Amino acid sequence: MRTWLYKADTQLSPYVYISPFFILFAVFGLFPLGYTAWVSLHDWSLLSDEHSFVGLGNYSELLADPYFWNALRNTLSILALSTIPQLILALILAHLVNRPLRAKTLWRLGMLLPNVTSVVAVVVIFSQLFGRDFGLINWLLESFGLGRIDWQAGVASSHVAIAAMITWRWTGYNALIFLAAMQAVPKELYESATLDGATAGQQLRKITIPSIRPTIIFVVIVSTIYGLQVFAEPQLFAGGGPNGIIGGPDRQFQTLTLYMYEHGFNRGFEFGYASATAWVMFGLIVLAAAVNYLITRRIRSSR
Amino acid sequence: MTRRLVYLTLTGVLMLTAFPLYFSVVVASQDNSALSQVPPPVLPGANLIENIKRVFETVPFDQALLNSVIVSGVNTASVVLFSTLAGFAFAKLKFKGRTALLLTVVGTMMVPMQLGIIPLFMLVTKLEWHDTLLAVTVPALVNAFGVFFMTQYLSEALPTELLEAGRIDGAATHRLFWHVVLPVARPAAAVLGMLTFLNVWNDYLWPLVVLASPENQTVQVALSQLRAGYVQDYSLALTGTMLATLPLLLVFGLLGKQLIGGIMQGAVKG
Repeated sequence: MRTWLYKADTQLSPYVYISPFFILFAVFGLFPLGYTAWVSLHDWSLLSDEHSFVGLGNYSELLADPYFWNALRNTLSILALSTIPQLILALILAHLVNRPLRAKTLWRLGMLLPNVTSVVAVVVIFSQLFGRDFGLINWLLESFGLGRIDWQAGVASSHVAIAAMITWRWTGYNALIFLAAMQAVPKELYESATLDGATAGQQLRKITIPSIRPTIIFVVIVSTIYGLQVFAEPQLFAGGGPNGIIGGPDRQFQTLTLYMYEHGFNRGFEFGYASATAWVMFGLIVLAAAVNYLITRRIRSSR
Repeated sequence: MTRRLVYLTLTGVLMLTAFPLYFSVVVASQDNSALSQVPPPVLPGANLIENIKRVFETVPFDQALLNSVIVSGVNTASVVLFSTLAGFAFAKLKFKGRTALLLTVVGTMMVPMQLGIIPLFMLVTKLEWHDTLLAVTVPALVNAFGVFFMTQYLSEALPTELLEAGRIDGAATHRLFWHVVLPVARPAAAVLGMLTFLNVWNDYLWPLVVLASPENQTVQVALSQLRAGYVQDYSLALTGTMLATLPLLLVFGLLGKQLIGGIMQGAVKG
């Protein structure tokens, strides 16, 4: 009896322990994601009980909609404007703190502080800073003799403002990840480089970046996945409400997630159409990850 | 680069990260009309209490805070518990299909769950959870990152001899879990708990979609209502922001050091 119990315990326990995760994850994570593909093939709306199969109809409608292409352009533009400066700044920042420093914890806490602040809070704060009439940034511009900018109104200016929010929130976090990888680089490399008279900038380019390449690729992929799904920043920058859903009165900063939200949850709950949007975004994300993966492989083989 | 220049740059960075938060306190403590002055105010004013009152009058902010505490608290506890359970099994127990299942966890870690939002909405509506806290709590009870994180930690931090000794003493697996695994897992559990609490507290899109009535909203949704409106009342919106961020900053001040350690550790292994 005892050996039987022991056997049951050791053989069944692992499955008992992992099952809460797998059951909940399957029902509320994987199932919805997969079902999105099925819904996207139907004319499916919350308002009617009939869901007729339309094949790829939603997709062809989507690709024919200029607003979809507008949202795609905006998303890619905001992605580039936020990810590139963010990664460069994070690398430099990590390089700066990767040395014996006084008050080490203070600098690191400061770096993570923006990330603790919620996206909604960040947008509210930055919308004030970027305000047209009474914003601090326009006041600064004016006192330097430059003109005011109506940040929300323009395509480029609104993308810059939104990218600034993302950059502010994520640079320090990414710097910490880079810092962790940098600390694993052997100190002797830097010591001999210093003896050879290499400057800090040269050391960053010649030693640090090649050594932490896998981490850089990881951070690029994660930032890209985040950037392709930006939602709260544009929605609330336009002040929420009807302008928020379309990303500004001229759709000047409507992103793909906002476009999906507009069709899925506001315009008659077009679930089929919105699911097609989601699935296209999924394809884009996989594509972006694959491109990054290919780049990593190339770096590895060239070494 | 000289040391002085490094410290100077870092001080500059610190001011850049802290300034927007400081400025939100400035705006939150001013009367809204004071914001249109030239130059704009840079020091806190005396209107904070008045603004806090207005926040509570405009939206049911106390209810929203309570809702967020409930949702974040429940999810933190469940993510930590279920991740530790699964992490223990993956790290130290032998069973058929272990490698394949662990690969599934790792493979799904980066999958953007936000894209499944439409079927999730349909599912939650079918379960009649629409506009209830269940709708935001249940889908976030577990996540793949947590399982991966605890597996990594326990496979290194949990000595196999300790488990074997327990086995010889005749302890069943669940006893080992409570008396051996949980105490060892505590530091990682604290970090995972904090990360989870932050993420759930700050979540916005899903609560916005699924919670309709003001009394069911979480803090982030309530906050977005303060931002909306025909006349921009920044002192009102930023007072709400301050109130919603303050609890996190307090926790961050107390446990931030461990959080940084945890993020950096996860980065190297991940």
